Amino acid sequence: MIREHVPHAARLSFLLILTAAFAAPSAWADLPQQTPSIFAPASAPASSIFGLSIFTLAITGGIFVVVGGLLAFAIIRYRERANDDTSEPPQIYGSMQVELAWTVIPILIVVVLFLTTARIIFAIQDAPQPKDALDVTVIGHQFWWEFRYPKLGIVTANELHVPVSTARDPEPTYLHLLSADVDHSFWVPQLAGKTDLIPNHPNETWIEPTHTGLYYGQCAQFCGVEHAKMLLRVYVDTPAQFAAWVKDQQQAGAEEPQVAAGREIFETHACANCHAIKGTGALGTFGPDLTHLASRDTIAAGAANNTPQELFNWIKNPDSIKPGCLMPSMQLSDNDIHELVAYLETLH
Amino acid sequence: MSAIPVTPGAENWELPSRGKVGMLSLITGESAIFTIFVVGYVFYLGKDISGPTPKQVLDIPVFNTICLLSSSVTIWLSERQIERGRMKAFAALWALTLALGIEFLIGTALEWKKLIEGGLTIRTNLFGTTFYSLVGLHATHVVIGAVGLTLILIFTLTGHINESHTERIQTFALYWHFVDAVWVVVFTVVYIVGR
Amino acid sequence: MADQSIPIGGSLDAAPRERERLPLLDRLHEWVVTVDHKRLGILYVLYALFFLVVAGAEALSMRVQLAVPNNHFLPPEIYDQFFTMHGTTMVFLVGMPILFGIANYIVPLQIGARDMAFPRLNAFSFWLTAFGGILLYWSYIGGFGLYGMGNAPDVGWWAYAPLSTKPFSIGPTVDYWALALIVSGFGTLGTAINIVATTLSMRCKGMTLLRMPLFVWLMLVVSALTLITITPLTAAQVMLLLDRNLGAHFFDAQAGGSALLWIHFFWIFGHPEVYVLVLPVFGIASEIIPVFSRKAIFGYPAMVAASVGIAFVSLGVWAHHMFTVGMSSVGNTFFVLSTMMVGIPTGIKIFNWLATIWGGKVRFQTPMLFCVAFLFQFLIAGLTGIMLSVAPWDWQLHNSYFVIAHFHYVLVGAIIFNIFAAVYYWFPKVTGKMLSETLGKWHFWLFLIGFHLTFDTMHFVGILGMPRSIYTYEANRGWGTLNFIISVGAFIQGIAVLIFLWNVIVSLRKGKEAGNDPWDAWTLEWATPSPPPAYNFASDPVVHSRRPLWDIKHPDDPDWKYES
Repeated sequence: MIREHVPHAARLSFLLILTAAFAAPSAWADLPQQTPSIFAPASAPASSIFGLSIFTLAITGGIFVVVGGLLAFAIIRYRERANDDTSEPPQIYGSMQVELAWTVIPILIVVVLFLTTARIIFAIQDAPQPKDALDVTVIGHQFWWEFRYPKLGIVTANELHVPVSTARDPEPTYLHLLSADVDHSFWVPQLAGKTDLIPNHPNETWIEPTHTGLYYGQCAQFCGVEHAKMLLRVYVDTPAQFAAWVKDQQQAGAEEPQVAAGREIFETHACANCHAIKGTGALGTFGPDLTHLASRDTIAAGAANNTPQELFNWIKNPDSIKPGCLMPSMQLSDNDIHELVAYLETLH
Repeated sequence: MSAIPVTPGAENWELPSRGKVGMLSLITGESAIFTIFVVGYVFYLGKDISGPTPKQVLDIPVFNTICLLSSSVTIWLSERQIERGRMKAFAALWALTLALGIEFLIGTALEWKKLIEGGLTIRTNLFGTTFYSLVGLHATHVVIGAVGLTLILIFTLTGHINESHTERIQTFALYWHFVDAVWVVVFTVVYIVGR
Repeated sequence: MADQSIPIGGSLDAAPRERERLPLLDRLHEWVVTVDHKRLGILYVLYALFFLVVAGAEALSMRVQLAVPNNHFLPPEIYDQFFTMHGTTMVFLVGMPILFGIANYIVPLQIGARDMAFPRLNAFSFWLTAFGGILLYWSYIGGFGLYGMGNAPDVGWWAYAPLSTKPFSIGPTVDYWALALIVSGFGTLGTAINIVATTLSMRCKGMTLLRMPLFVWLMLVVSALTLITITPLTAAQVMLLLDRNLGAHFFDAQAGGSALLWIHFFWIFGHPEVYVLVLPVFGIASEIIPVFSRKAIFGYPAMVAASVGIAFVSLGVWAHHMFTVGMSSVGNTFFVLSTMMVGIPTGIKIFNWLATIWGGKVRFQTPMLFCVAFLFQFLIAGLTGIMLSVAPWDWQLHNSYFVIAHFHYVLVGAIIFNIFAAVYYWFPKVTGKMLSETLGKWHFWLFLIGFHLTFDTMHFVGILGMPRSIYTYEANRGWGTLNFIISVGAFIQGIAVLIFLWNVIVSLRKGKEAGNDPWDAWTLEWATPSPPPAYNFASDPVVHSRRPLWDIKHPDDPDWKYES
């Protein structure tokens, strides 16, 4: 009879939910790096958020167990049984004391949770910026990220390099967030909560990564047809690695003589209208800066790996990798594209 | 079946007029629309990047405002007339209300003509955008009110309306009072605070 | 057992249902020109069920696309149209019409009235809403649009500016979206005005405000809330249309306009809107749970106060959808507090339902099965809502699949489950036939399993960093298996809905005769024949308590002796 099945299903489902809700946080940390779990923080603001989330889970989990348990008990204990007479049970219309009790207790829970939350909000949002923090300006575009390091004279795209921060040598990075077109959102879950990039409305956020490595993220505010492929890579480097990277990025574009043909194609065709390469006549800002394209692991904001073949495919027909992106197919001959790729691959 | 004992509460069963409740509900909803446009107007004050400022181009529409606000008085007076069944006086005051409303619309049209010729359109700058949309939204409601006033005037002049329609007239008058009240707010925000 | 001939304040003519069968065209004409609240209610519900299937198909298509990484089932342009239309359809063409439709049918009956306060406005409102929906869907076929894929809006149901402004959405897509919703919004406004006027001005003798059934109370609160909820959206959409078509600058960053202003206006509408969707189902639950627990609702005055409290507080929480836009820490903190506060009256309602069941004699027919699931699922949805109200945690969870899981837990787990409960409960009254219990149980269990498979799993994929509104994801992100499970659950829900539709069709023809009062219930609608005659009640009822039929069935123990 259905009346016996209901209690079983109810018990089973809430046991499952219980287990899931209390899954050990450490389980989240053993994920591959491309799975950016918010429960595997690697940076100060993300860690504060993680602590707060566990506290919140404990409270909500407790509420679920108590209320869910009472509900499950009620529908089992007070179900109509086959041998019941047709009399109605005693009609209880209400109780002022009970109403008061279950109003006051939730209010107290809210007060505790609210005060804890407020403390973390102020700690993260109003953290004073140290004088020597690394400054990065992030400009969101459809569908790529522009990164500028104003004090270091660096302009790059899509792959952010920051130094790791240790207790002895704290190195937070402060990000100034702008948009060149529509709303975007900068989200690298393991490093910080997300903050939006809104045109005409500069925002600030900061990260303080505690472990070196590569952290994945992506745009988290729908920005158009290729929003899904506006990926983020943050490379947290050791101080030495970071210094080397900075030095390299500050150079002008390589000028290898054997790829002069490719460089000429770049400078004389429309490429220079959108792209810039330091040291050439190309000063376009609509598309990513390509001065050190070959130093990046991916192209097209993470949509493809940075290999000659993928670069060839991208230049020949961007829509084949990112349909709807704003780079047009330039209708170059295959030979020209090969020369171009050879040139671009020298831009380390 | 056994008789149902009567408990107090069933006698003197008076409920509010559904017409008035309905009209007040409509007014509540419309107030929310106007509030959003007023918020937009106030938010964008002083934020223009270019183009004329309110102070440079706006003249305070004193006469228009006096006409519109007086029309609330005349419609109120006309309600008193129909309550007593004085249909001729009702029709006269009602027509006067309509005339004052039409004057307001003409005045607004002339004001806009002057502004547009002077170079301010909805696409000129933020002030143009918010001015024409807020004042235009209000003027649209005056037009709707004027249409209602006209229809009722026609029905009155052809003898279809009498004292028994008092409550419906009062319900419509609520709408007209609302339109005037909105003008008080719009006038203050646009011509006093915003200039 | 239910009494088949309950007199209400005088003789009741159990009107014969035989009428001569008019020709088909005449019968259709009757339905098109009807101003009868019952027929309009049925039209609303049928309209909503049609769009439930359409929006469900859009969802299933999206789930096929996301079931495996790098899928090529839907190109991004279509995927973006589908998630925009799925959300817009479910909120405006399914959720609101079905709830206002049920209210249209039931509210006049429950207050002992002959019809709504303004029957012609009622009809006009329905057709406006209907036309708005048709206009929205015309966008798929009206004109080839960009990429030859029609002009359906593709900017998300939230249509954030500047993406929705002309430079970034060149075709008429967003114009369809805005115009269709403005038109259907006027329809909604008309119905809200009607329900407020009906509940305040058309109650039968003796039915003071504090004796109204809770469903009526909740519809009054919802309708009043709707008046100031839909209208901000209408205003914002007019502004957007002015920007797009007359060169206005409301949201034009180049001219000093503000993208943030759109976001504020949208959520000033958007948040109370979700309460407009959920408050009616609180009313439905407050009707069904007492009847199937055989007890009066516990704490009626508290339930009324909580409902009004929720409506008021819900007006002050909207920026919890905006914790990531860069408001100040003080601003964020305020909205954390207001959002947590709205959880308190909501929790009180859950406790009152629990206390209603406590000490009762619970019957588990299909309406109650759906309500019990609703209670557990709404509890969970409320708790994930509390998680989202913790702003720093929201900085991670916002715009991830965790949020989608949360709001589908409310929209499907609480609202759709309750709508199914309402249909099983009131179908006998509307049609005179019972829905099949066997098919009902198949429907329930399949839907429950599919629902949990999909939406429980979805919480986890959000925690693993998957954002929303993406048409695909790479194979190495670790989201593939979970997405596959989510998609399987979606299809199971689809099958369950088909079983439900089959149940409706089959029961209309061969269902058991229902009689006036198959559930042994206590509110006035159960005193009429099933279906009720056009005039509802032969003579105006007179009531003396919140449960007039209880008083009649238990003359030595009537409610009015105990109600305060």
